[in-house]
Amino acid sequence: MSDPDRPDPDALLRVAAQEGRGRLKVFLGAAPGVGKTYEMLLGGAERMRDGADVVIGVVETHGRAETEALTRGYEIVPRREIAHQGHVLREMDIDAILARRPGLVLVDELAHSNAPGSRHPKRYQDVEELLDAGIDVFTTVNIQHIESLNDVVASFTHVRVRETVPDRLLERAEIEVVDLPPDELIERLKAGKVYVPEEATRALAHFFSKSNLSALRELALRRAAQAVDTQMLDYLRSHALAGNWAVGERIVVAVSELSGSEELVRAAKRTADAMRAPWTALHVETPRQQHFGEEERRRLAAALNLASQLGAAVVSVPAETVTEGIRSYLAEARATQLIVGKSARSRWFELRHGSVVDRLVRSTPGVAVHVMPMERGAPAAPRQRRRDYGSPAAYGLTTAMVAAVTMAGSMLLHILDLGNVALLYLLPVMVAASLYGRWPALYAGAISSLAYNFFFLPPTGTLTVQNPENVVTIIVLLGVAVATSQLSARVRAQADLAAGSARQNAALAGFLRRLGDAANEEELMQAVCAEVARLLDLRTVMLTMSPDGPLLRAAFPPEDRLETMERAAAQWTLERGLPAGRGSDTLTASDWLFYPLKAAGGTIAAIGLARDDAQGTVRSDQIPLLMSLLDQAALALERMRLRDDMRGVAELRERDRLRAALLSSVSHDLRTPLTSILAAVRELRQAPSPALIETIDAESQRLNRFVANLLDMARVEAGAMKLGVEPVDLTDAVAAAVHDTRATLDGHAVRLDVSPGLPLVRVDPQLFHHCLINLLDNAGRYADPGTPIAIAAERSAGSLALSVLDEGPGLPPGREAEVFERFRRLEGSDRSKTGTGLGLAIVKGFAEAMGLSVEAANRGEPRGARFTLRFPEALLIRETGEESAL
Amino acid sequence: MSSLPAVLVIDDEPHIRRLLSGTLARAGYRVAEAANGRQAIEALPQAQPDVVLLDLGLPDRDGLELIPAIRKQSRAAILVVSAREATEQKVTALDLGAVDYVTKPFDTEELLARVRAALRGRLTAEGGRTGVTAGGVAFDLVNHRVTRDGEEIHLTPKEFAVVAELARFPGRVITHRQLLDAVWPLEHERHIEYLRVVIRNLRQKLEADPARPAIVVNELGVGYRLMGAEG
Repeated sequence: MSDPDRPDPDALLRVAAQEGRGRLKVFLGAAPGVGKTYEMLLGGAERMRDGADVVIGVVETHGRAETEALTRGYEIVPRREIAHQGHVLREMDIDAILARRPGLVLVDELAHSNAPGSRHPKRYQDVEELLDAGIDVFTTVNIQHIESLNDVVASFTHVRVRETVPDRLLERAEIEVVDLPPDELIERLKAGKVYVPEEATRALAHFFSKSNLSALRELALRRAAQAVDTQMLDYLRSHALAGNWAVGERIVVAVSELSGSEELVRAAKRTADAMRAPWTALHVETPRQQHFGEEERRRLAAALNLASQLGAAVVSVPAETVTEGIRSYLAEARATQLIVGKSARSRWFELRHGSVVDRLVRSTPGVAVHVMPMERGAPAAPRQRRRDYGSPAAYGLTTAMVAAVTMAGSMLLHILDLGNVALLYLLPVMVAASLYGRWPALYAGAISSLAYNFFFLPPTGTLTVQNPENVVTIIVLLGVAVATSQLSARVRAQADLAAGSARQNAALAGFLRRLGDAANEEELMQAVCAEVARLLDLRTVMLTMSPDGPLLRAAFPPEDRLETMERAAAQWTLERGLPAGRGSDTLTASDWLFYPLKAAGGTIAAIGLARDDAQGTVRSDQIPLLMSLLDQAALALERMRLRDDMRGVAELRERDRLRAALLSSVSHDLRTPLTSILAAVRELRQAPSPALIETIDAESQRLNRFVANLLDMARVEAGAMKLGVEPVDLTDAVAAAVHDTRATLDGHAVRLDVSPGLPLVRVDPQLFHHCLINLLDNAGRYADPGTPIAIAAERSAGSLALSVLDEGPGLPPGREAEVFERFRRLEGSDRSKTGTGLGLAIVKGFAEAMGLSVEAANRGEPRGARFTLRFPEALLIRETGEESAL
Repeated sequence: MSSLPAVLVIDDEPHIRRLLSGTLARAGYRVAEAANGRQAIEALPQAQPDVVLLDLGLPDRDGLELIPAIRKQSRAAILVVSAREATEQKVTALDLGAVDYVTKPFDTEELLARVRAALRGRLTAEGGRTGVTAGGVAFDLVNHRVTRDGEEIHLTPKEFAVVAELARFPGRVITHRQLLDAVWPLEHERHIEYLRVVIRNLRQKLEADPARPAIVVNELGVGYRLMGAEG
C-alpha cells in the first residue's frame, strides 16, 4: 500500500500531535488494592524534587494512612461541589486546574464517571482536555476498565464494570504496571488494606480469587507490552525504518441489532489494533429493519456509536439480505478480514434460512472470516415485531374476487372441464399476492381451494373429495398460492428498499441543488438548516466561531438565541471538531446535539439538531444520511468561503490599482494646470499678454472640470445617489451640454441630429447633463483636430439612443467596453492625451443609476468612436394627454 | 452718487469679495461688503442695495435662511452666488424669492449680465413688464400679441401664458413651479411634461433653430428664462 521507505504520514501526524500536548502516564493495575495511587504519589513527588510544578487534581486515599501521608507536601486543587439529587458530590475542578496551569497534575481513577452536570460525563475526558492544554497528567486505572478488554475480563471474572476508558488513551501514554503478586494482594485484602465498597463485598470475594488475579495480572502486563509495541511502531513508521507490520489489512465488522453487537465491535477493535489495520463497522439495512422495535433501533445505534468512538469508519448499505450486503461491501472496500457474530439462533431458523456464516464463507473467497459467538446477554425485550398481515379491506376484496371467479366458473362450466376451472382460481391468488402481499395471498389460496372443492368437485356442496386426482389439484392450488405470495412479497420488499435508497439519493441531490442556489454564506447556511430540518424532521441551528464565542448564523425554524448550555456545547464542537450535547459524550444535558462541519482547514461551523419532543435526536437509520448531508454542507461552505476569499483578493487588487491611479491622476491632473497658471501669472507680472490670459483661462477650466469629476466620482462611489427624476426634453439637455462645453471643444463644430419630435425622457437632469458633458469632452479630446462632433438621437422599437460621435483614431478593437473603467485610458494612438480617466466612468455610473445603458463602439466611415446612451422604453414618455393640457 | 445702483456682496471669502467688488465697481456700481449673515443684516439699512449677491455657505448661518430675512427689510433683488450646484438648492433659493442663481466658479461677464437683468426686473416694478423684444420677437403682454418683424405669430392660450410669464421678467429664471402655478392653476399635480410640450411647440414657432434654442432657454432642472431681451 505504501512505500515502506517513506515515513507513514499518519504516524508522523500522531507524533506531531504529541508535541505541544501534555504527556500522560498511566499507572495500570490488575486489580484494586495493588497500590496504584501510592505509586502515583511517589512518582509525582520525584518529579517535584526535580523541580516540576506538581499539583493534585484528585486523589482518593480511601482513608489509608500511608497514602494520606504521601499527599502532604502537595498543593491540592480544591474540588468543585456539585449538588445532585440532594447529595453534594465533590468532583475534580478542571477549570481551576486549567487556570492554575501546573506542569503536572495527578488525577486518580481515570475511569471515574463525573456527576451529572459536569462538563464531561467521564473523567478521562477531563484528562484529555488537560493534555490538550499542554499539562502533563499522572493517572491510575485498573485493567478491567480498558474498553477493549472489558468483555475479556467479564468473561472470566463474571463481574462487569460499566465504567470504561477508551484504548486510545493508553496508546499515547507511558504505562507503568503496578504489579503485586496475587498472594500478596489477597493478604492485603484480608488485612483490610484494600478499599472495597460495602455493597460489593460478596461479588469481590469471588473477584479476588487467585486464578482471577493471575489472569488480570497477565492481561495488564500484556496490555502494557502492547502499548510499548504500538509506540515503538509509531516511532519506526515515522522514521521510515523498515518494520514488520501487516500492510493492507482492512477489517470489516458486521454490526446488527442483536444484543451482542457491542462486544463484537470491541473484539473488532482488538483485532484492528493487533493488525494495525483500519476498520469499518458495517451495517446492512435489510427490509427486515422496517419492523424493528425501539429496543432494536437503540441497540443498533449504540453499537454504531461505540464503533465510531473506537475509531471505526461507520458504513450503512442497503441490501436484500445481510449476506448479499456484506459480500458486495467487502468486494467494494477490498476488505481482507471480516468479523461476524454467530447468533444463538434456533436450529429451525438455520435449517430454514441456512447459516449466514456458512454462506458468507462460501461467497467471500480471499477474506478471512472471524466468527465470534454472540453473548446471549440480557434477553432482549419481547420482540415487538410488527407483521404486515394486510388490511381487512384486502381480505374482503380477496373474498369478493374468489366469489366472482366461482360464479364465472359455474357459468363457464359447460365449456370448461374441471381442471381448467381450477386454473381460474389462480387469478385471485396472484392478484392478492401482488396487490396485498403474503397473507392475503395465502388466504386467497385457502378459500379458493375450499370454494373449488365445495362448488365444483363432486360431490358438490360438500368438502369431501371423491377423486384422488382432485386432491392433487387442491395441493397445486395451495402451493402456487404459497410460492407466488413469497415471490411477490420479496419483490415488494426489494421495491421498498430501492425506494428508500432512491429517496435518500433524491434527498441528497435535492439538497445539493438547494445549496447551489445560495448566493452567499448566510443563504447557504440557512439553506443547509432548512434542508436538514426538512429531510430529518428536526429543528436545526448553525453556528460559527466569532471572537465573542459561537455566533448563531442560521436556524430552522427561526431561532434567535440559545441557552448557555447549548452555547457551551456548540463551542465545544467548534473548538474540538467533535460532537457535543444530547446523545454525544460531552455536555449531555444540552437539549441540542451539535455536529461539526469539517473542511480541510478545520471545523468551519457547527450544526445543532433537536427534536421537538426532546427525545433522542437522530434515529440510527438517519445517521448515514445525516453524515452525507453534513459532508456536502461542509464542502459547499468551504467552496463558498474560498470563492469569497478569491473575490476579496480581486477586489483588494482592484482597489489598490484605483488608489494608485487616483494618486497619479490627482498629482498629474491637478499639478499640470496649476503649473501653467502659476507660470502664466509670473509672466504677466513682467508684461501683459492676451495669450497668457487665454492659457490661464483654459487651464482654470480644466482644473474646474477635473474637480467636478472627482466630486461626481465620489457620488458614484458612495452608491446612494439621490435622483431627482423629471421629464426632460433631449433638445434642452443637448443644448445645455453644448453650451457648457463650448470652451473646451476648441475648434470642433458640433452637429446636431436631434429631432424635436422625440419623446421626453425621464432622467435626473443634472446627472444627465454631466453624462453629456463628459461624452462631449471626451470626443473633443480624442477627435482629430478640426473635425466635427456629432450628436444624434435615434428612435427604434423599444428604445431611444443618443449618440456622441467623433472622427479620430477610435477605440482599440475588442477593448471597447474597457473605456468605462475608472482611470482607464486606452492607448489607441501615439498621442498622449490629457484626460482624467474619470469622465467615462462617471458617464457609466450616472447613466446606470438612472436606468440607461452605455455602449462604446467604433464607427465605420468616417473612422472614429461612437458613445451611445440608450433609454429603455420605460424611461420614455409617450405624448399622450397633450391636447387636454394645452 | 445715490443715482448709481448699489450692490451688497455677502461672501465669507475675502478673495471672492475683493474680486467681485473690483469687477462691480469697474462696471459702475456702488459696492458694499459683508462677510457673514449678521454683518449683512446690519449693512442693509446703510447700504440700501438694489442687488444682493449672496453666498450660501456663510460661517454663521445658512444663506438660504438669509433670503427671507433680507426680503423683509429690503426690496433688493437677491442673486445667489454659490458653489452648491444641486438642483434642489437652486429651486429652493428661487422659490424663497431669489431672482437668480449663479454657480461658482462663475464667468464674470455672465455674472454682470445677470446683475443687469436683475436690476432691469427690479426697475420695472412689481408687476413686471408690459412688453419686451427678444431675439427679434416682440411680446406685447397687454394686447396678447407676439410678432416677428410686424408679422403676428399665432400662439395657443397656454403657449402665450407660458411665454408671458417668462417675458414679464426677461433674463430671469422662472421655476417650473412658478410657471405651472401661473399657467395650470387648477392642476394639483406638477405635470412638467405639459410644460415641456408647450415649450417645445413655442420653440417651433419662435426660434430660428429649434434644436439650438436662443430665446426660451432651459435652466437644468430649475426652470426657463427668456434670453436675448433688448432694452
